[in-house]
Amino acid sequence: MRRGVLGERSEFDGLALVCLLPSLFYVLALFVYPFLYGIYLSLHPLKLAGFSLANYATFFMDPYQYGTVWITFRLAIPNAVVVSAVALWLAYGMRRGIWLERTITTVLILPISLGVILLSEGILGFYGANGWLNQALLATGIVAEPLELTHNYIGVILSLFMQQFPFCFLMLLGYISGIDPSLEGSARTLGATPWIVFRRVMLPLIAPGLAIAFALVFVMSFAVFPSALMLGQPSGATRSIAIAAYQQAFEQYDMSYASAIAVIMGLCQLAALVAIVLIRGRLASGATIGIGKR
Amino acid sequence: MRGRLWKLALYLFVIGFILNLMGIVGNVLVSAFAKRWFGKPLPPAFTTDWFVFAWKNFDLGQVLGVTLFVALAAVVLALLVGTPAAYVLARRQFRGKALLLLLYFLPLLIPQMTYGIPLATTLYRFGLGGSLTGVVLAVLVPMVPLAVFVLMPFFEQIGIHLEWSAAVLGATRFQIFRRILFPLLVPGLLTAGILILVNTISNFELAFLLSGGGSQTLVVALFYNVFAGGVRPVYSIDAMAVIYMAMVMALLLIALRFVRPTQMVFRIEGGGR
Repeated sequence: MRRGVLGERSEFDGLALVCLLPSLFYVLALFVYPFLYGIYLSLHPLKLAGFSLANYATFFMDPYQYGTVWITFRLAIPNAVVVSAVALWLAYGMRRGIWLERTITTVLILPISLGVILLSEGILGFYGANGWLNQALLATGIVAEPLELTHNYIGVILSLFMQQFPFCFLMLLGYISGIDPSLEGSARTLGATPWIVFRRVMLPLIAPGLAIAFALVFVMSFAVFPSALMLGQPSGATRSIAIAAYQQAFEQYDMSYASAIAVIMGLCQLAALVAIVLIRGRLASGATIGIGKR
Repeated sequence: MRGRLWKLALYLFVIGFILNLMGIVGNVLVSAFAKRWFGKPLPPAFTTDWFVFAWKNFDLGQVLGVTLFVALAAVVLALLVGTPAAYVLARRQFRGKALLLLLYFLPLLIPQMTYGIPLATTLYRFGLGGSLTGVVLAVLVPMVPLAVFVLMPFFEQIGIHLEWSAAVLGATRFQIFRRILFPLLVPGLLTAGILILVNTISNFELAFLLSGGGSQTLVVALFYNVFAGGVRPVYSIDAMAVIYMAMVMALLLIALRFVRPTQMVFRIEGGGR
């Protein structure tokens, strides 16, 4: 009889195989295979026979194309920093629970559930030149000219913030409320100020969760597509890398080049993830006391 | 004193965020019922004509049919494929289980745009691009793992002793499933089903990449109409958005009876937009 990793008897039998097979087949056929096929395709350009790096060379020679990497980083990094900083502030302040907490968390999942398209359409109207926000600002005399908040960089950032802030906040709230409150109490008893408690006790404990939340927000923002089209300048300042890949695939019908761009997008996300996980390892080494998520 | 100010700032931020959110949603809502609306706090006259207009001009009957078909097909297929896998992953220990869980987690973690392009390429190569089948197959990629991860804890809650007792009393495997596991699993199936339904209806990226002329779901049609801009009255687009919103909100209200908001996030997003 085979032994499992933990030295127990392996419980993998015929029934387990039959039960797992359909879903495993699905994930392999429609997730793993397309990924591998995409990598293969990107190395076999449309106009050339056989293996070639021509697609990647073309991408990094053409400023209109490689510029999208920079544009996307310029959207994703500020967004991830702002979203995780504000979410940390709010979640830390609410760690003991607050008045109407259940209502607030329920309202916050609305933007996630409504989806990016509806949110973007609403943002176009609300923050537009004739929208309620500009009307209010003009009426109270705060500004003389309506603010330009849509069809530019700010519009895309607004949409990204609205979608990802609730997600990041609820994740951090779950993480922070799982930390043992007696640690904080001990520090206070020993005379630490609230700032020292945050800086020396709580932040090191929160850091691993914060790193993961930051990484997720960054990766999601890096794939920004519909809001960059609807609220930004899709041929200029907010032409993200996903738009470049989409245009190659469905406007130029060059699936090979499109796959290469998709691979580059995936690699950028992976690189950022690896960097954050490495930093997280360093952060966590001194701070793990065995208390984490509930 | 400083603590008070701090708390006040928190509340002000939350109120500000909710006000902005209400403005965003309210703007769509008011605009859909406006006769004409320009630069005033509220439109001078209200009408429901834009719903009729949207229904006729955007072929909404057909679009809604596609949306419901895709969503229901996704729920049924994801549950059928995901339930047995969730059972094994909840009950059995075996080598490579952690790796398998990681593999199932990836489609939820990686943004849909990143794997959507290779997925669309593959499905187009097999002649499924632009078809209803293609859309269903694509939106299922993150939904099968979602079904697995939502159902696993529900299986874990059902004591294994119940299965043993039934087996001792001579029940066959099928009878155990039909008479013991299935009735106890109904809440789990409902939760998973509703989460899959909400997710599929609001899924944009995968549905968009695979949809063709006759296979646009409501969000995809909404996107095309917003993006076409100018050509169509904005009120009619907002009317369409209100129909979509009503659908999602109704499902969300049902969903919240079963799950806590924080669970929605871990389960809904994972990766995704």
